[in-house]
Amino acid sequence: VQADGTDGNCVTFVLHDEDHTLGNSLRYMVMKNPDVEFCGYCITHPSESKINFRIQTRGALPAIEPFRKGLNDLMGVCQHVLNTFEVRLLPEHAQR
Amino acid sequence: QGFRVDVVREEDDVLEFDMVDIDAAIANAFRRILLAEVPTMAVEKVFVYNNTSIVQDEILAHRLGLIPIRADPRLFEYRNQGDEEGTEIDTLQFQLKIKCSRNPQAAKESSDPNELYFNHKVYSKHMTWVPLGNQTDLFPDADFRPVHDDILIAQLRPGQEIDVLMHCVKGIGKDHAKFSPVATASYRLLPDITLLQPIEDEAAELLQKCFSPGVIEIQNIKGKKVARVANARLDTFSREVFRHESLKNLVRLARVRNHYIFSVESTGILPPDVLVSEAIKILMGKCQRFLNELDSVPME
Repeated sequence: VQADGTDGNCVTFVLHDEDHTLGNSLRYMVMKNPDVEFCGYCITHPSESKINFRIQTRGALPAIEPFRKGLNDLMGVCQHVLNTFEVRLLPEHAQR
Repeated sequence: QGFRVDVVREEDDVLEFDMVDIDAAIANAFRRILLAEVPTMAVEKVFVYNNTSIVQDEILAHRLGLIPIRADPRLFEYRNQGDEEGTEIDTLQFQLKIKCSRNPQAAKESSDPNELYFNHKVYSKHMTWVPLGNQTDLFPDADFRPVHDDILIAQLRPGQEIDVLMHCVKGIGKDHAKFSPVATASYRLLPDITLLQPIEDEAAELLQKCFSPGVIEIQNIKGKKVARVANARLDTFSREVFRHESLKNLVRLARVRNHYIFSVESTGILPPDVLVSEAIKILMGKCQRFLNELDSVPME
Protein backbone atom coordinates (compact mmCIF):
# COMPACT_ATOMS: atom_id res chain seq x y z
CA VAL A 1 0.00 0.00 0.00
CA GLN A 2 1.43 3.36 -0.90
CA ALA A 3 -0.30 6.70 -0.83
CA ASP A 4 0.42 10.06 -2.31
CA GLY A 5 -1.70 13.11 -2.97
CA THR A 6 -1.95 16.87 -2.80
CA ASP A 7 -3.53 17.25 0.62
CA GLY A 8 -5.21 14.96 3.09
CA ASN A 9 -8.50 15.07 1.26
CA CYS A 10 -7.62 13.46 -2.04
CA VAL A 11 -5.35 10.48 -1.86
CA THR A 12 -4.40 7.83 -4.37
CA PHE A 13 -3.66 4.46 -2.85
CA VAL A 14 -1.59 2.01 -4.84
CA LEU A 15 -2.68 -1.51 -3.88
CA HIS A 16 -0.28 -4.25 -4.92
CA ASP A 17 -1.34 -7.76 -5.93
CA GLU A 18 -4.95 -6.72 -6.44
CA ASP A 19 -7.27 -6.54 -9.40
CA HIS A 20 -10.94 -6.01 -10.21
CA THR A 21 -11.99 -8.54 -7.60
CA LEU A 22 -11.24 -6.26 -4.69
CA GLY A 23 -11.14 -3.00 -6.63
CA ASN A 24 -14.71 -2.99 -7.88
CA SER A 25 -16.29 -4.26 -4.66
CA LEU A 26 -14.30 -1.78 -2.55
CA ARG A 27 -15.21 1.07 -4.87
CA TYR A 28 -18.87 0.14 -4.49
CA MET A 29 -18.66 0.17 -0.68
CA VAL A 30 -16.79 3.49 -0.56
CA MET A 31 -19.25 5.15 -2.93
CA LYS A 32 -22.04 4.50 -0.47
CA ASN A 33 -20.38 6.88 1.94
CA PRO A 34 -21.98 10.37 1.65
CA ASP A 35 -18.74 12.11 2.60
CA VAL A 36 -16.96 10.87 -0.48
CA GLU A 37 -16.94 13.23 -3.42
CA PHE A 38 -15.00 11.05 -5.84
CA CYS A 39 -13.97 7.43 -5.75
CA GLY A 40 -12.53 5.35 -8.52
CA TYR A 41 -9.97 2.72 -9.34
CA CYS A 42 -7.99 1.78 -12.39
CA ILE A 43 -5.50 -0.86 -13.37
CA THR A 44 -2.32 0.89 -14.49
CA HIS A 45 -1.22 -1.86 -16.83
CA PRO A 46 -2.73 -5.30 -17.30
CA SER A 47 0.64 -7.00 -17.00
CA GLU A 48 1.28 -5.52 -13.58
CA SER A 49 -0.93 -6.66 -10.79
CA LYS A 50 -1.63 -3.39 -8.99
CA ILE A 51 -4.46 -0.89 -8.90
CA ASN A 52 -4.66 2.86 -8.33
CA PHE A 53 -7.48 3.55 -5.93
CA ARG A 54 -8.39 7.22 -5.56
CA ILE A 55 -10.63 8.74 -2.92
CA GLN A 56 -11.55 12.39 -2.69
CA THR A 57 -13.61 13.65 0.21
CA ARG A 58 -15.63 16.81 0.51
CA GLY A 59 -14.96 18.85 3.58
CA ALA A 60 -12.02 18.34 5.84
CA LEU A 61 -12.25 14.60 6.31
CA PRO A 62 -8.91 12.85 5.70
CA ALA A 63 -9.24 10.40 2.86
CA ILE A 64 -8.03 7.43 4.87
CA GLU A 65 -11.25 7.38 6.85
CA PRO A 66 -13.61 6.42 4.01
CA PHE A 67 -11.04 3.86 2.87
CA ARG A 68 -10.94 2.24 6.27
CA LYS A 69 -14.70 2.42 6.61
CA GLY A 70 -15.15 0.88 3.16
CA LEU A 71 -12.90 -2.04 4.06
CA ASN A 72 -14.75 -2.60 7.32
CA ASP A 73 -18.12 -2.40 5.58
CA LEU A 74 -16.99 -4.90 2.97
CA MET A 75 -15.90 -7.27 5.71
CA GLY A 76 -19.27 -6.82 7.37
CA VAL A 77 -21.08 -7.64 4.12
CA CYS A 78 -18.99 -10.77 3.62
CA GLN A 79 -19.63 -11.90 7.15
CA HIS A 80 -23.35 -11.41 6.69
CA VAL A 81 -23.31 -13.35 3.42
CA LEU A 82 -21.32 -16.15 5.02
CA ASN A 83 -23.71 -16.40 7.95
CA THR A 84 -26.79 -16.38 5.75
CA PHE A 85 -25.29 -18.96 3.44
CA GLU A 86 -24.27 -21.31 6.20
CA VAL A 87 -27.61 -21.03 7.93
CA ARG A 88 -29.30 -21.94 4.68
CA LEU A 89 -27.10 -24.96 4.17
CA LEU A 90 -27.59 -26.39 7.66
CA PRO A 91 -30.78 -28.38 6.98
CA GLU A 92 -29.16 -29.99 3.96
CA HIS A 93 -26.09 -31.01 5.87
CA ALA A 94 -28.16 -32.39 8.69
CA GLN A 95 -29.91 -34.55 6.16
CA ARG A 96 -26.69 -36.02 4.80
CA GLN B 1 -30.78 -5.45 4.56
CA GLY B 2 -33.35 -7.66 2.91
CA PHE B 3 -30.64 -9.95 1.65
CA ARG B 4 -31.32 -13.64 1.41
CA VAL B 5 -29.76 -16.78 0.00
CA ASP B 6 -31.85 -19.68 -1.30
CA VAL B 7 -30.36 -23.00 -2.19
CA VAL B 8 -32.16 -24.35 -5.19
CA ARG B 9 -30.43 -27.53 -6.15
CA GLU B 10 -27.60 -29.42 -4.62
CA GLU B 11 -26.03 -32.54 -6.02
CA ASP B 12 -22.62 -34.05 -5.40
CA ASP B 13 -20.65 -31.64 -7.44
CA VAL B 14 -23.09 -28.95 -8.54
CA LEU B 15 -24.62 -26.28 -6.37
CA GLU B 16 -27.18 -23.85 -7.65
CA PHE B 17 -28.21 -21.08 -5.32
CA ASP B 18 -29.79 -17.65 -5.45
CA MET B 19 -28.56 -14.46 -3.91
CA VAL B 20 -31.15 -11.75 -3.68
CA ASP B 21 -30.53 -8.09 -2.95
CA ILE B 22 -26.81 -8.07 -3.43
CA ASP B 23 -24.85 -5.82 -5.73
CA ALA B 24 -23.18 -6.76 -8.99
CA ALA B 25 -19.72 -5.79 -7.75
CA ILE B 26 -19.84 -8.20 -4.85
CA ALA B 27 -21.45 -11.03 -6.81
CA ASN B 28 -18.75 -10.69 -9.45
CA ALA B 29 -16.06 -10.60 -6.78
CA PHE B 30 -17.29 -13.96 -5.47
CA ARG B 31 -17.35 -15.44 -8.95
CA ARG B 32 -13.79 -14.24 -9.65
CA ILE B 33 -12.53 -15.60 -6.36
CA LEU B 34 -14.18 -18.98 -6.96
CA LEU B 35 -12.44 -19.28 -10.29
CA ALA B 36 -9.02 -17.94 -9.50
CA GLU B 37 -8.22 -17.58 -5.84
CA VAL B 38 -9.49 -20.57 -3.91
CA PRO B 39 -6.41 -22.78 -3.44
CA THR B 40 -6.13 -26.47 -4.31
CA MET B 41 -3.41 -29.08 -4.54
CA ALA B 42 -2.13 -30.13 -7.94
CA VAL B 43 0.97 -31.80 -9.36
CA GLU B 44 3.64 -29.20 -9.96
CA LYS B 45 6.98 -30.96 -10.28
CA VAL B 46 7.42 -34.27 -12.06
CA PHE B 47 10.71 -36.13 -11.60
CA VAL B 48 11.03 -38.46 -14.58
CA TYR B 49 13.20 -41.47 -13.85
CA ASN B 50 12.23 -43.50 -16.87
CA ASN B 51 9.83 -42.71 -19.67
CA THR B 52 10.08 -44.91 -22.75
CA SER B 53 6.51 -44.32 -23.89
CA ILE B 54 5.67 -42.25 -26.93
CA VAL B 55 4.19 -39.50 -24.79
CA GLN B 56 6.92 -36.88 -24.42
CA ASP B 57 8.13 -35.97 -20.93
CA GLU B 58 6.71 -32.47 -20.97
CA ILE B 59 3.36 -33.55 -22.37
CA LEU B 60 3.13 -36.23 -19.71
CA ALA B 61 3.99 -33.69 -17.01
CA HIS B 62 1.37 -31.29 -18.35
CA ARG B 63 -1.31 -33.99 -18.29
CA LEU B 64 -0.36 -35.07 -14.78
CA GLY B 65 -0.66 -31.49 -13.57
CA LEU B 66 -4.23 -31.20 -14.79
CA ILE B 67 -5.47 -34.23 -12.84
CA PRO B 68 -7.54 -33.10 -9.81
CA ILE B 69 -6.17 -34.52 -6.57
CA ARG B 70 -8.50 -35.29 -3.69
CA ALA B 71 -6.61 -33.53 -0.93
CA ASP B 72 -8.04 -30.83 1.33
CA PRO B 73 -5.87 -27.78 0.63
CA ARG B 74 -6.64 -26.29 4.04
CA LEU B 75 -4.42 -28.93 5.64
CA PHE B 76 -1.36 -27.75 3.74
CA GLU B 77 0.73 -24.61 3.50
CA TYR B 78 2.04 -22.78 0.49
CA ARG B 79 5.55 -23.66 -0.53
CA ASN B 80 8.13 -20.95 0.09
CA GLN B 81 9.69 -19.26 -2.89
CA GLY B 82 12.90 -20.88 -4.05
CA ASP B 83 12.39 -23.96 -1.91
CA GLU B 84 13.26 -26.84 -4.18
CA GLU B 85 13.02 -29.84 -1.92
CA GLY B 86 9.61 -29.52 -0.35
CA THR B 87 8.77 -30.36 3.24
CA GLU B 88 6.00 -32.54 4.55
CA ILE B 89 3.80 -29.60 5.39
CA ASP B 90 3.52 -28.29 1.85
CA THR B 91 4.09 -31.21 -0.48
CA LEU B 92 2.31 -34.41 -1.38
CA GLN B 93 4.32 -37.05 -3.18
CA PHE B 94 2.81 -39.46 -5.68
CA GLN B 95 4.43 -42.21 -7.69
CA LEU B 96 3.46 -43.63 -11.04
CA LYS B 97 5.37 -46.76 -11.96
CA ILE B 98 3.98 -48.96 -14.65
CA LYS B 99 5.33 -51.29 -17.29
CA CYS B 100 3.56 -52.83 -20.22
CA SER B 101 4.17 -56.45 -21.16
CA ARG B 102 2.86 -58.96 -23.65
CA ASN B 103 0.26 -61.48 -22.58
CA PRO B 104 1.55 -64.98 -23.34
CA GLN B 105 -1.92 -66.54 -23.10
CA ALA B 106 -3.50 -64.41 -25.79
CA ALA B 107 -5.03 -66.11 -28.81
CA LYS B 108 -2.92 -66.12 -31.96
CA GLU B 109 -5.05 -63.96 -34.23
CA SER B 110 -6.58 -61.62 -31.66
CA SER B 111 -6.09 -57.92 -32.32
CA ASP B 112 -7.77 -56.60 -29.20
CA PRO B 113 -5.19 -54.73 -27.15
CA ASN B 114 -7.02 -55.59 -23.94
CA GLU B 115 -6.23 -59.23 -24.56
CA LEU B 116 -2.79 -58.93 -26.02
CA TYR B 117 -1.08 -56.72 -23.47
CA PHE B 118 -0.99 -56.14 -19.75
CA ASN B 119 -1.12 -52.55 -18.46
CA HIS B 120 -1.30 -50.96 -21.85
CA LYS B 121 -3.49 -48.08 -20.64
CA VAL B 122 -2.18 -45.89 -17.85
CA TYR B 123 -5.04 -44.60 -15.74
CA SER B 124 -4.99 -42.18 -12.82
CA LYS B 125 -5.76 -45.05 -10.48
CA HIS B 126 -2.18 -46.23 -11.01
CA MET B 127 -0.93 -43.16 -9.13
CA THR B 128 0.00 -44.11 -5.55
CA TRP B 129 0.64 -41.84 -2.62
CA VAL B 130 4.13 -41.95 -1.12
CA PRO B 131 4.05 -40.37 2.36
CA LEU B 132 6.83 -37.90 3.10
CA GLY B 133 8.42 -37.65 6.52
CA ASN B 134 5.78 -37.75 9.21
CA GLN B 135 2.78 -37.52 6.93
CA THR B 136 1.62 -40.97 7.99
CA ASP B 137 1.26 -39.62 11.51
CA LEU B 138 -0.24 -36.30 10.49
CA PHE B 139 -2.85 -37.89 8.24
CA PRO B 140 -3.49 -41.36 9.64
CA ASP B 141 -6.72 -42.12 7.85
CA ALA B 142 -6.41 -39.79 4.91
CA ASP B 143 -6.32 -41.35 1.50
CA PHE B 144 -4.78 -39.03 -1.03
CA ARG B 145 -5.52 -39.98 -4.57
CA PRO B 146 -6.88 -38.43 -7.74
CA VAL B 147 -10.56 -37.58 -7.66
CA HIS B 148 -11.39 -39.79 -10.63
CA ASP B 149 -9.81 -43.21 -11.16
CA ASP B 150 -10.46 -43.52 -14.83
CA ILE B 151 -8.58 -40.60 -16.31
CA LEU B 152 -6.44 -41.95 -19.13
CA ILE B 153 -2.93 -40.57 -18.84
CA ALA B 154 -1.05 -42.45 -21.56
CA GLN B 155 -1.07 -45.61 -23.63
CA LEU B 156 1.80 -48.10 -23.70
CA ARG B 157 2.96 -51.06 -25.73
CA PRO B 158 5.12 -53.99 -24.58
CA GLY B 159 8.56 -52.97 -23.39
CA GLN B 160 7.58 -49.37 -22.62
CA GLU B 161 7.47 -48.15 -19.10
CA ILE B 162 6.83 -44.99 -17.13
CA ASP B 163 8.50 -44.34 -13.79
CA VAL B 164 7.89 -40.88 -12.38
CA LEU B 165 7.71 -39.23 -9.00
CA MET B 166 5.37 -36.26 -8.60
CA HIS B 167 5.28 -33.43 -6.12
CA CYS B 168 1.92 -31.74 -5.49
CA VAL B 169 1.85 -28.26 -4.08
CA LYS B 170 -0.83 -25.80 -3.07
CA GLY B 171 -1.57 -23.06 -5.57
CA ILE B 172 -4.29 -20.75 -6.86
CA GLY B 173 -5.97 -20.53 -10.22
CA LYS B 174 -4.42 -17.14 -10.93
CA ASP B 175 -1.06 -18.87 -11.19
CA HIS B 176 -2.12 -21.78 -13.37
CA ALA B 177 -5.57 -22.98 -14.34
CA LYS B 178 -4.87 -26.47 -13.00
CA PHE B 179 -5.27 -25.06 -9.49
CA SER B 180 -8.84 -23.89 -10.12
CA PRO B 181 -11.23 -25.84 -7.86
CA VAL B 182 -14.34 -25.36 -10.00
CA ALA B 183 -15.22 -26.84 -13.33
CA THR B 184 -16.93 -23.54 -13.76
CA ALA B 185 -18.66 -20.95 -11.62
CA SER B 186 -21.13 -18.59 -13.21
CA TYR B 187 -24.09 -16.47 -12.41
CA ARG B 188 -27.01 -15.05 -14.32
CA LEU B 189 -29.75 -12.62 -13.49
CA LEU B 190 -33.31 -13.76 -12.99
CA PRO B 191 -35.39 -12.96 -16.10
CA ASP B 192 -38.43 -10.78 -15.71
CA ILE B 193 -41.12 -11.35 -18.34
CA THR B 194 -44.14 -9.11 -18.29
CA LEU B 195 -47.10 -9.35 -20.62
CA LEU B 196 -48.25 -5.83 -21.37
CA GLN B 197 -51.68 -6.96 -22.52
CA PRO B 198 -53.65 -10.14 -22.04
CA ILE B 199 -52.84 -12.59 -24.80
CA GLU B 200 -55.37 -15.16 -25.91
CA ASP B 201 -56.03 -18.10 -28.20
CA GLU B 202 -53.58 -18.66 -31.03
CA ALA B 203 -51.41 -15.81 -29.93
CA ALA B 204 -51.14 -17.55 -26.57
CA GLU B 205 -50.06 -20.79 -28.21
CA LEU B 206 -47.49 -18.98 -30.28
CA LEU B 207 -46.21 -17.19 -27.22
CA GLN B 208 -45.77 -20.45 -25.39
CA LYS B 209 -43.69 -21.82 -28.26
CA CYS B 210 -41.47 -18.73 -28.29
CA PHE B 211 -40.15 -19.30 -24.82
CA SER B 212 -38.41 -22.28 -23.24
CA PRO B 213 -40.79 -25.03 -22.09
CA GLY B 214 -42.41 -24.30 -18.78
CA VAL B 215 -42.08 -20.53 -18.86
CA ILE B 216 -45.51 -19.68 -20.23
CA GLU B 217 -48.54 -21.54 -19.08
CA ILE B 218 -51.92 -21.48 -20.77
CA GLN B 219 -54.94 -21.37 -18.57
CA ASN B 220 -58.54 -21.86 -19.56
CA ILE B 221 -60.51 -18.91 -18.24
CA LYS B 222 -64.17 -18.82 -19.21
CA GLY B 223 -63.53 -20.99 -22.23
CA LYS B 224 -60.76 -18.83 -23.67
CA LYS B 225 -57.11 -19.71 -23.52
CA VAL B 226 -55.14 -17.08 -21.68
CA ALA B 227 -51.37 -17.03 -21.38
CA ARG B 228 -49.68 -16.49 -18.05
CA VAL B 229 -46.05 -16.35 -17.03
CA ALA B 230 -45.56 -19.44 -14.90
CA ASN B 231 -41.87 -19.73 -14.18
CA ALA B 232 -39.62 -17.04 -15.55
CA ARG B 233 -36.55 -18.66 -14.06
CA LEU B 234 -36.39 -21.38 -16.71
CA ASP B 235 -36.09 -18.95 -19.57
CA THR B 236 -32.89 -18.78 -21.56
CA PHE B 237 -33.62 -15.36 -23.03
CA SER B 238 -33.51 -16.34 -26.66
CA ARG B 239 -35.65 -13.33 -27.66
CA GLU B 240 -37.58 -15.46 -30.14
CA VAL B 241 -40.70 -13.51 -29.32
CA PHE B 242 -39.35 -10.38 -30.99
CA ARG B 243 -39.20 -12.12 -34.33
CA HIS B 244 -42.98 -12.26 -34.52
CA GLU B 245 -44.64 -9.03 -35.54
CA SER B 246 -47.85 -9.76 -33.73
CA LEU B 247 -46.21 -10.41 -30.37
CA LYS B 248 -43.36 -7.93 -30.47
CA ASN B 249 -45.05 -5.10 -28.62
CA LEU B 250 -46.99 -7.16 -26.17
CA VAL B 251 -44.12 -8.59 -24.16
CA ARG B 252 -41.39 -6.88 -22.20
CA LEU B 253 -38.21 -8.79 -21.44
CA ALA B 254 -36.02 -7.53 -18.66
CA ARG B 255 -33.87 -8.76 -15.80
CA VAL B 256 -34.48 -8.42 -12.09
CA ARG B 257 -31.62 -6.15 -11.07
CA ASN B 258 -30.36 -7.77 -7.95
CA HIS B 259 -31.46 -11.41 -8.07
CA TYR B 260 -28.45 -13.54 -9.02
CA ILE B 261 -28.67 -17.23 -9.83
CA PHE B 262 -25.26 -18.73 -9.10
CA SER B 263 -24.20 -22.07 -10.46
CA VAL B 264 -21.03 -23.63 -9.02
CA GLU B 265 -19.72 -26.92 -10.36
CA SER B 266 -16.80 -28.37 -8.45
CA THR B 267 -14.11 -30.69 -9.87
CA GLY B 268 -14.61 -32.94 -6.86
CA ILE B 269 -11.76 -31.80 -4.64
CA LEU B 270 -14.03 -29.93 -2.24
CA PRO B 271 -17.82 -29.92 -2.15
CA PRO B 272 -19.25 -26.79 -3.77
CA ASP B 273 -20.78 -25.35 -0.60
CA VAL B 274 -17.38 -25.48 1.08
CA LEU B 275 -15.92 -23.71 -1.95
CA VAL B 276 -18.39 -20.85 -1.65
CA SER B 277 -17.68 -20.48 2.06
CA GLU B 278 -13.96 -20.45 1.36
CA ALA B 279 -14.39 -17.82 -1.33
CA ILE B 280 -16.25 -15.52 1.06
CA LYS B 281 -13.55 -16.02 3.69
CA ILE B 282 -10.85 -15.17 1.15
CA LEU B 283 -12.54 -11.87 0.35
CA MET B 284 -12.67 -11.10 4.05
CA GLY B 285 -9.01 -12.02 4.33
CA LYS B 286 -8.10 -9.55 1.61
CA CYS B 287 -9.90 -6.70 3.38
CA GLN B 288 -8.27 -7.66 6.64
CA ARG B 289 -4.85 -7.58 5.01
CA PHE B 290 -5.30 -3.99 3.89
CA LEU B 291 -6.76 -2.94 7.20
CA ASN B 292 -3.69 -4.33 8.94
CA GLU B 293 -1.41 -2.49 6.54
CA LEU B 294 -3.29 0.75 7.09
CA ASP B 295 -2.84 0.41 10.80
CA SER B 296 0.81 -0.53 10.69
CA VAL B 297 2.19 1.87 8.09
CA PRO B 298 2.15 5.50 9.30
CA MET B 299 0.45 7.77 6.82
CA GLU B 300 1.77 11.28 6.26
